[in-house]
Amino acid sequence: MKRKQRINNTICYIVLILMSIIWLFPFVGLVLQSFRGESGGMVAYLVPHEWSLKNYQFLFGNSSKFLTWYGNTLTIAIFVSLLQTLVVICVSYALSRMRFRGRKALMNIWLVLGMFPGFLTMICLYFLLKTLGLTEAGAVPGLILISVASSGMGYYVCKGYFDTVPKALDEAAILDGATRAQILVKMIIPMSKPIIIYTALVAFMAPWCDYIFASYVAFGYEKGYNVAVAMTRWVWTNDYQGFFTRFCAGGILVAIPVTILFMCLQKYYVEGVTGGAVKG
Amino acid sequence: MDGIKRGNAVTRFFRWLGADLREIGRTFAEGDWRTKLSFLIMGFGQLCRGQIARGVSMLALEGGLLYFIFGFGWQYLTKLVTLGTIETRQDGRVTIYGHNSFFILLYGILGIVAILALIYLWRVNLKQNREAEGLLAQGKRLPSNKADLASLLDKNFDKTLLALPVLGIFIFTVVPIIFMICIAFTNYDVTHQPPSKLFSWVGLDNFRELFGIGGGSEGFGGTFFYVLGWTLVWAFFATFLTYFLGMAVAILINKKGIRFKKLWRTILVMTIAVPQFVSLLYVGKMFAADGLVNAYLLKWGWIKQTIPFWTNATYARILIIVINLWIGIPYTMLIVTGLLMNIPAELYESARIDGANAFQTFRKITLPYMLFVTGPFLLTQFIGNLNNFNVIFLLNQGKPQSMNLSNNAGATDLLVTWLYKMTINDSNYKIAAVIGIMVFLVTAIISLVVYNTMPSVKDEEGFQ
Repeated sequence: MKRKQRINNTICYIVLILMSIIWLFPFVGLVLQSFRGESGGMVAYLVPHEWSLKNYQFLFGNSSKFLTWYGNTLTIAIFVSLLQTLVVICVSYALSRMRFRGRKALMNIWLVLGMFPGFLTMICLYFLLKTLGLTEAGAVPGLILISVASSGMGYYVCKGYFDTVPKALDEAAILDGATRAQILVKMIIPMSKPIIIYTALVAFMAPWCDYIFASYVAFGYEKGYNVAVAMTRWVWTNDYQGFFTRFCAGGILVAIPVTILFMCLQKYYVEGVTGGAVKG
Repeated sequence: MDGIKRGNAVTRFFRWLGADLREIGRTFAEGDWRTKLSFLIMGFGQLCRGQIARGVSMLALEGGLLYFIFGFGWQYLTKLVTLGTIETRQDGRVTIYGHNSFFILLYGILGIVAILALIYLWRVNLKQNREAEGLLAQGKRLPSNKADLASLLDKNFDKTLLALPVLGIFIFTVVPIIFMICIAFTNYDVTHQPPSKLFSWVGLDNFRELFGIGGGSEGFGGTFFYVLGWTLVWAFFATFLTYFLGMAVAILINKKGIRFKKLWRTILVMTIAVPQFVSLLYVGKMFAADGLVNAYLLKWGWIKQTIPFWTNATYARILIIVINLWIGIPYTMLIVTGLLMNIPAELYESARIDGANAFQTFRKITLPYMLFVTGPFLLTQFIGNLNNFNVIFLLNQGKPQSMNLSNNAGATDLLVTWLYKMTINDSNYKIAAVIGIMVFLVTAIISLVVYNTMPSVKDEEGFQ
């Protein structure tokens, strides 16, 4: 019995180690390529022949707008994260705690709206933003506006969490003379820290990947790009051979802070996705 | 059964409308001069009766909406039927701009929305007047301004909380969707592009083209069903393979006697943390003809020629599903790990005593529980995969393209990536809009059917 179990465990470890290698391989490759001195695109070897920092120097040098793009993305991420969390909390509280006419209808309408593919509305959104002067040079506030404006529909996870807070607590507070606003600020928000952190974290991570709409709104105006748009162009343009290692270096610079943040808040993320999956 | 219900809804609506109109009439007939004047000047009655906060906001809203409708929207509203008649033309070297169909449609829709909003507010205004009169007639006092404002933080807190989010969704989600649905009934494409050209209403022509009725189709309907087929196949495999393999990995890590559980999980979770545009672009390049994978396979002598991962339709499809596992397994693993702890240990204990082996316990205990609990999650995953733009687009942009498919569709294109290409590369907005409506229909039908057959919906008590 003992021996059988040991063999069993050994197989498990082998599987896990193999998986770890597969899962980490692209990241290791990315790091190694970012330090590669010789130019060219994808090369047929993993470890660079010549180590160098010139890719990073290029990114921080004057000839690239990488820092502008990075700043744009960071600004978008921070604002979207704060505002979106605020909106989601407001909507979740109203839908979870208050009973008003049209509540069910509102939830159903939002559910149906969510089934339309988002890209289709892109052309229309673009011209709405253009009317407001928020494209090209104004791409950053424009993107923030769009992300925040429709974020109310993503209330599911947060509302599910609010629902688990016993209603008796609210009633007791109302008897003590608290208003609904005070209940939200003083009671529900402190009790829902995990889910609020989860909402903010997810909202913060999304803009780093936003390619489709960001490329559309900036529309060739280089200073309005975010990192995803700018660096995807590096890979796809025909001179990607020269830019490939720079893409790797930039990718590392983008990935490191986001990954560290994610790892620190992983606990809350797990709680959020698990809760969200169960409650739908 | 359904017909009766719907009939009821219609009659109920008209009955409600009739009652409401009668109520408006009564408000006018029985109201005093303040109320009567409020029919024209919204908020007048409230102002006269000292409800300054209500009166001022009503008046301001009326002014703003009327200004928007007549100052801005009117010129577009009147042309909505034709979508513009004067073409842009060249007069010598000078371009004389005519009507712009795009803005006529967009601002026309906004104008209609503003009119509806005005009607609604007008009705609310009348209700407030009637209510105030009733209170005064009973000799009661009206709620003061302070009480009105304070109720926005208490009894009417929902209105405060929802006002901005609902407005935002309305302008930036609902209006664009209405616009998109309208586009499906026009001929807005590369030959009818504002501002140089006009487009106009064409009825159901685009839908006819999609289903190949009435000639003029260059295999368009065929391409649509080809892409739809792959979209469904992809969503099926992407959802269920990641689900079951992710569950297997979670159970593997959770197994008694396995150490460094946290380390294994952290390694896998890396793919969630690193932004997809970095990891997927790199992985996509790894499998390119000159990529690492081909290079090493050649070097080790396992293959003689490079494998055309991205240019062979079948290889590309399989590879995309496999790479999606790399993205998706950690996600399922996280969720399942959290849920595994909820399964009562006694169930496993008694199964072990009864002599069940590992596979049997999985099939009889773990799997049913998981399917039951994560039913809604599977559905959202499936819907998400139907519209999974990032994975397809960042890996190979839906290639390889084929001559047999119309509108530049590729073998790995999902409906959404195809739609994206149509708008960005070909400016074929009318067809893109039709495809968008089809995507909506597919999503809605699948959601409805699955949702109604899901055990966790049908039988909520099942596992409690």
